[in-house]
Order: sequence, then structure tokens, then C-alpha cells
Amino acid sequence: MSPVRRGLWVAGLAALLATGSIPAADMQSFATIERGRYLAVVADCAACHTRPGGRPYAGGVTLQTPFGTLIAPNITPDPKVGIGSWTDEEFIAALRDGRGRGGIYLYPAMPYPAYTKMTREDALAIRAYLQTIDPAPDEIEPDQLPFPFNIRATMIVWNAMNFTAGRVAPDPSRSAQWNRGRYLVDALGHCRTCHTRKSLMGADESTGYLQGGRLGSWYAPNITADRQKGIGRWSVGDIVTYLRTGANAFTLSSGPMGEEVTHSSSHMTDSDVEAIAAYLLSLRGTTQKSPRPLAETDTRMRAGHAIYEDNCAPCHNDAGTGAAGLFPRLAASPAVQSDDATTLIRTVLFGSQAAATPDAPTGPAMPSFGWRLGDAQVAAVITYIRNAWGNAAAAVSPGQSRMVRRAHNVP
Amino acid sequence: MATKLPAKDVAIIGLGWTGAILANELSDQGLDVVAIERGPWRDTATSFNIGYAADELRYGVRLDLFQQPAQSTVTFRNRDQETALPVRQWGSFQPGNGVGGAGVHWGGQTWRHLPSDFRLRSHLTERYGKSFIPDELSIQDWGVTYAELEPFYDQFEYLAGISGKAGNLKGVIQAGGNPFEGPRLREYPLPPMQMTYAPTLFAEAAQSVGYHPFPSPAATLSADYTNTLGIRMGQCTYCGFCVGFGCANYSKASPQTSVLPVLMRKRNFEARTECEVLKVNLDRSGKRATGVTYVDSSGRQWEQPAELVLICAFAFNNVHMMLLSKIGRPYDPNTRKGAVGRNYAYQTYSSVQVFFDDKIFNPFISSGACGQTVDDLNGDNFDHSGLDFIGGGSISCQPTDGRPLAHLPVPPGTPRWGARWKEEAKKNYLRSFGFASQGSSYAAYRNHLDLDPTYTDRFGRPLLRMTFDFPDNDVRMSNHVVDRMELIAKAMTPRHYVLDRRARPYSVVPNQSTHNTGGAIMGMDPSTSAVNKYLQSWDVPNVFVVGSSAFPQNPGYNPNGTVCALAFLAADAIVSRYLKSPGRLLET
Repeated sequence: MSPVRRGLWVAGLAALLATGSIPAADMQSFATIERGRYLAVVADCAACHTRPGGRPYAGGVTLQTPFGTLIAPNITPDPKVGIGSWTDEEFIAALRDGRGRGGIYLYPAMPYPAYTKMTREDALAIRAYLQTIDPAPDEIEPDQLPFPFNIRATMIVWNAMNFTAGRVAPDPSRSAQWNRGRYLVDALGHCRTCHTRKSLMGADESTGYLQGGRLGSWYAPNITADRQKGIGRWSVGDIVTYLRTGANAFTLSSGPMGEEVTHSSSHMTDSDVEAIAAYLLSLRGTTQKSPRPLAETDTRMRAGHAIYEDNCAPCHNDAGTGAAGLFPRLAASPAVQSDDATTLIRTVLFGSQAAATPDAPTGPAMPSFGWRLGDAQVAAVITYIRNAWGNAAAAVSPGQSRMVRRAHNVP
Repeated sequence: MATKLPAKDVAIIGLGWTGAILANELSDQGLDVVAIERGPWRDTATSFNIGYAADELRYGVRLDLFQQPAQSTVTFRNRDQETALPVRQWGSFQPGNGVGGAGVHWGGQTWRHLPSDFRLRSHLTERYGKSFIPDELSIQDWGVTYAELEPFYDQFEYLAGISGKAGNLKGVIQAGGNPFEGPRLREYPLPPMQMTYAPTLFAEAAQSVGYHPFPSPAATLSADYTNTLGIRMGQCTYCGFCVGFGCANYSKASPQTSVLPVLMRKRNFEARTECEVLKVNLDRSGKRATGVTYVDSSGRQWEQPAELVLICAFAFNNVHMMLLSKIGRPYDPNTRKGAVGRNYAYQTYSSVQVFFDDKIFNPFISSGACGQTVDDLNGDNFDHSGLDFIGGGSISCQPTDGRPLAHLPVPPGTPRWGARWKEEAKKNYLRSFGFASQGSSYAAYRNHLDLDPTYTDRFGRPLLRMTFDFPDNDVRMSNHVVDRMELIAKAMTPRHYVLDRRARPYSVVPNQSTHNTGGAIMGMDPSTSAVNKYLQSWDVPNVFVVGSSAFPQNPGYNPNGTVCALAFLAADAIVSRYLKSPGRLLET
């Protein structure tokens, strides 16, 4: 560098320091935008804001909530129908405080109760990235809720009761990896949105953190280190493999988690996935002592065993061990022993396809059995797998199967 | 009439094994590939749901997975002097349909042909003299050698997870494998399947009469496997619903279990199902293909332009497509000129059924390829000097199933129904098994394929006409092999055995084998072959024709191992050579 140019550079730097503000140019740097792209992937914005086959971030995904239907808006930089004309502060308010442009209240289908923990720097990076994508002309009317939920002001009360804004300070007694893991899980990854039980108001319960939650006819299982119902028997490597590929030696992802793996965690860096694993394994389980399984002589168990041998054993094996990367292991499986058997019921009834990722491209599928097994048989076979091979969990009733069937209008 | 679509780099006709392999290899190079498949989309969990995958009435009797004769069929006659009639119900052979093609309904027996098979005419001339080859036979060399094909056999075996035992590693004979096979560079990816009792007994008997039994190489997997594309496959459960059925367990190699999960994820690949290609379009010169025209399920016609067209349908459907598209010169059996339709061949199948009183075989524990084989009587593995035929056959005991409707062996003389039949069916179900020879089928000048002058399909296109009878050579060969099979049967000291010999005339009615070959054969001479050694049309160089249609004659094995090796060979030639000067005939 010539002396003259160096002088200019120094002068420029001095001027910058004098103003004391973060240079605007920084937000346009490749590093920032690329970081924003990565963070948008980790936060899985596309899950709601990109319709399958639609333009990236143009919105249009329909979200079925217990209160009615919401449609995720267009967050491309289109100045009219997107958020291109929003200021950074408006964007951050939406992301972290649940307040849209003009102060309107957002519904917490937008996971601002989690994103509120996001750092300003990360929020701005996501903003910087979103400003670089192609503006899409898709006009979306997000609000399809029925009265009274369509009155956004109701969210004032909701927020007052359920929402705590603000960042969480790092815990200095824990490692940097643990703190990073917690940040990823709580803020960007918004894991609790699915994996924590919801109150009647649709808010995360203050208890039961990451111990499982219901999501339509899916049950997002316990992801604490509980050895019975959670992932306490998994190693860091097992969790990393699962999040990176969608499949590990025990199970495969499908349903909403399959989408999460496909769009988000399979694209995360090794160190981030390892941090998530380390953090989750630090969450102690609540199962004090293993429950007792139903007796083998129980009529439901005997019926379930026979149904299992005829329908399930060809893939999952007599011993419930499955095949790594192909057929989920049922023995000692936390998902099988979940408090809530909804996922098991819907999987037996309707089948399910595992996520396919570049490192685990198989994407095998469970066939449907609802056309073949009646509700009593579905209940018996699920009761059996929940209480065979050392598993232990509450029996499932035919009525539970009937409810899942009805919810899907399947005879 | 036909709506013209945006051009693709490659249009593939048929999405079975060869179409899937070529699509995957070529899309890996970044080419924009479309596969156009006449039949439906098929996927394991939805199409072969384990709750109905074993529906014998639907699949075994009503042939749900196969080409529907009302959609398209062939006409058949034994000789030129006869009038061919349409086959309205499949019998002798059953061509597949839909995504996966014959790769869905096959049994999984996966062979490499013998080195001498590829140089058949040269080899026999060298060993026995030119006059030893019967005049009726039009057998030829393939143009490709076993050594050239070895890496591509290997590529397929590791893609499909073949379970077997090598008999010849780099020229060193291996105990427990086939001592007659050509040298392979490495072992099979998986060990042989667990043996059931019937093949075990067969192997003991075969050994006692001096033969060399070994476990048959199987695409029904002996263990869980991750294939070369990273796709997971499961261990076979020996359920016995392979031949004619789709596998519910991800355990039988098929395009669905071995290729499609990776292929379908690619943005530069597209499969269009229930779309039937009417013809390959040629430019005015007739020497360059411009794409294909097809009809979708609503009856609409589309023109799909493409730089490269790969004909990857079933064997005789490939020939049909060439004839309809006027690619190459049709074969005339009178002048013996022309290449397309030439050297149609089949399989000279024969079998022995053995019945016991004191032995229980549990036939329902089986797979389409689990068994034992002896190769002592195959090809030119034995000295034909002084014999009145050439060729031979592998002899395998592979009890493929114990299905309740079709598998009810009863000894001759049993009534077809009633109390006696029930009694015999019950008595023999567990106590009987069969073993069979896949006899070679050597091409004859008079056997051929052409367009039928009378019968047409639903689009008004002439049906393919098949003219075939067993050559005298093959009947003599088959009888020789069956006589030796009888020795094996006797060595087992059964209560009773029944020989099923082949005799002329060939009948298209009883089920024998879906190993139809030839009609678009590979070779070194454009006047006697339709495609060169890379499966490239001599006449229209931007068309490749891949399948058992390329076999100059059919050796004594199930064809699919070689079919898929040829697909990899063609893919390699296209990628490494053709694409450097597209449209040109590759030097051979």
C-alpha cells in the first residue's frame, strides 16, 4: 500500500471511530450477509416463510394453530408486499418483541418468545441477508383467525401473561460451548416452540422445559437427558448425527422434525450441532425410577404381540432393534415411551416418510396400516411396543386411535 | 399436434434398472436429464405396503406389476410360415411396467457371464473348429470382453449389495465360490445368504456326482448394507415374495431401493410417469435423433427435444422402439441382411421336481435368489468334443417361494381337484422342491423380431412380432443338461422325481422365463449388429440402446447382472468419450 493511500485509510478509520457508530458498510460485507444467511437457516425462517415450490421467503405457508389459521407473510425485500421498506429497528421489534410495523401485535406462531433472546448483532445479520434476496411479489394476507382471536390487541394480554422480552446473559459457570448450545436451542433454534408443553393459551409452560409437547397430531418428544423418555441414552455423537443427517443408529426423523433437519440442522456447522448436543445432555431428566411394564399376559400385550409379529417384525425385528438408518429401533426408544403416544398412533395409521439428506439420502418410509388395523388393534400393537423389550409406558386406548383418525377425517 | 417442450440434454425411455443407472451417472455430470416412463410411479412404502405386498392373487395371479396386454403386447408365431397372433395374457414371459421396471419384480439372481460367453463364436471356432458351430445358429461375439466389463460388473454388484462368494479372485480360485467364473478384482460386497435345507441337500447331491456347488449370488441382501450411493438397504427376511412382487423391506435391490432415493433428489433430473413414448424423432437425414414424442395419461402429445436419446425399455420393447422410429435397418431372415430384430433369443429353461416322504423343506422360507448353483454344465465349461450341441446351462436350486396359490406341487397322476388332490397337496407342500437349469439360448437365423403387418396398439402403431422356436441345438443341449440333473436328483434318493424337458415347438403359454434377449444386438460389424460395443446405434449415433436387447445370444444365466454392467459401460463411454464430441460414432 502506498503511503498516500495508507494515510487516507487511517484518516477514514479515525473519522469512523469519531462517530462511534457501527459502520453501515459492515452490514453489507460478505461476512455479515453470509452469517445472516446461516443464522436464517439455523432459525429455520424458511420453515414458515417459504412455501414448498414457492419463491424463497415469499411466505404463504399455512400454519394451523389451535386458534385458527395463520399464513406466514412475505419477508423478501419487496417494498410493497415484503419488508424491504422496513427500518432495521422495525425488523428487530418484529423478531424480538412480536410487534410488527406500526406496532401491531404479532401472533406467537412467529416464535418471538424465543427470538427475543437473540442478540441484536445476529438479528441485524439476518436482516442484512434478507435484504439481499430476490424481492417476491407474493401478496399474503396472514391473518385468517376467527373472532375473537383476530383482534390483535388480545395479544397485549397474552404478552403480559406469557411473554418475557429480553436477552439471557451467558452463564459464566458453564463452558462457552454450553452457552452457545443454550443460545442455539432457546433463541435461534426455538426448540421449545414444539418440544415444550403448551398452556391453554398456547404459551410454553414454565415447567416441562423441552420435556415434550403436542403439535397437531405430532408429539415432539422429550429432548432432555431423561434416560426413559428423553435422549439420555444418546451420546453427543448420536445427537450430532441425528441433527446433521436426520438418522442415527436408533431412529430417523420424519414429520415436522424431518422438515427441521432438512431445512435447518443438516446445514449447521459441526461446532453448533455439538454445542446443541452438549447443552441438551446437560438437562437432567425427571423420571425418578423406571415405570413397570405391563405384564406379558395382559390381553392387550398378547394381541399386540401377535399383530406386531405379522405387521411390524419384518422391518423392526422380533427384538425391536430395527436397522440403523432404515428402520427405527423401538426397544429403549424415548419416542416409543413418550407420555403422549400421538406420533406413534399417527405413524401406525398413516405411515410416515423419513427425511432424506445428502449424508443419509435413503428417506425410507413406514407404510400405513390404518386401512388394515382397527382402533383396538392399533391400540394393542402400540401398547405392546411401549411395554416390550424392557420398554415401559402407559397403555394406549382404542379411543386415542379413533381420535387421531377422526382428526384426519380418515375412516 | 404434439406440443414442443423446452429441450433437455438427455431423454431416457423407461425408468427401470438401466434408465435409472444411466440417469444417475449422466446427471452426476450436470446434464439435464428426463426419464419418460410408460407405467406408474412406484415407491416401496406406498406401492409395496407390507400389508398387501404379498397379495398373491393381485401380483402372482393377476400380474399387477406387469405390462398390461391391453396397453401393449406382442404377436407371436413359431416360424415365418405361420400367422402371428397377439399374446393377450402373459405366460412364457412377463414384461414389467412402471418405475423400476423388471427391477421391481425380478428374483435377484445376479450373474456375470463367463469370459468365453463374450467371444462365443471366436472361442468355439478356436477350440473346436469352424464347422463345429451348427449352421442354424447366428451366434456372434459381443465386441466387449469380460475383462472390459469386469469393473462395471463390480460397480453394479456394489450398488445392489449382491450377496455371494467369489470363486475367482484375480485368477486365484477360491474355495466355496464358482470355480468357473471369470476373475474378479474383489469379493462380493456381502456374504452369501443363509442356506435353507433344499439347496443344502441339492449341493450335497451335486457334489456327490462330481460337480462344484456354490451359493448363488443374490440381490436379496444377506445383511444390512449401505450402497455406493450412500443408500441404506435392509437384510432380507426370506419371506419368499420376490419373483413377481415388489419388496416391502428395502431388501431386494431395485431402482427403488438402490438408485432412486439419490436420483430423485437431483434438480437436474425429472421423471415423467404414465407417459408413453411413441417414437424417437429423427432429423431429415435420419442419422440424428432430435428427441422423442410421447403421450401423457390424458392423451395429450408432447415433443421432448433432446441432444441424446437413451432407449432403456424392456428388451423387446427396445427393438420395437427402434423399428417404429426407423433407427437401423430391419432384419430380413430370408436374406439374413439387416440388424434390427436380428438374433432374438430366449432361455432354454428346464427343471426337475423331487418329492420326499421323510424330509421337510419349509418352502415358505426363501428368497428369489437364495440357493445353490453348479456351473459345471454351463457355457463351454465342459468339453463339447464328441457332443452334438454347443452351449449349456447353470443348474440352480433356488426355491423362490412357498406361496399358497401357485406353490402346490403334486406328483404326476394326481387329479386336478377333489379329495385326492387335497390330500397330495397337503402331503407334498413341505416335502418337495425343484431345481432348474437356465439353459443358454443361442441365436438362430430364423428367430427374429419385426413389426406385425396386422395388429396394432391403442395408438395404431404396429405391434412387435416375435418369431421364435427352440433351435435343435438348444433342445439337444437342454436334454444333455437334464440328463445330468436327473443324476443329481437320483443322488438325493427321493421318493419320486419329475423331469420337465424342453421340446419343440416353443409355447408362449406356460411360464418359463422373462429372459428375452437380442434384437438390438451389440457387435463389431454394423451389418450384423444394431449397436456398437458401447450400446451406441451404428446408424443414429446420438441414440444408445441399453438392455438385454444387446445380447447377441443368451448365455446360461439370468441376464440382469450383465444388463446393468452394460448400462454402466454405456454410461462410462458417454461420459468419458461421447460427450467430448457429441453426435459422433465412438471409435471401437
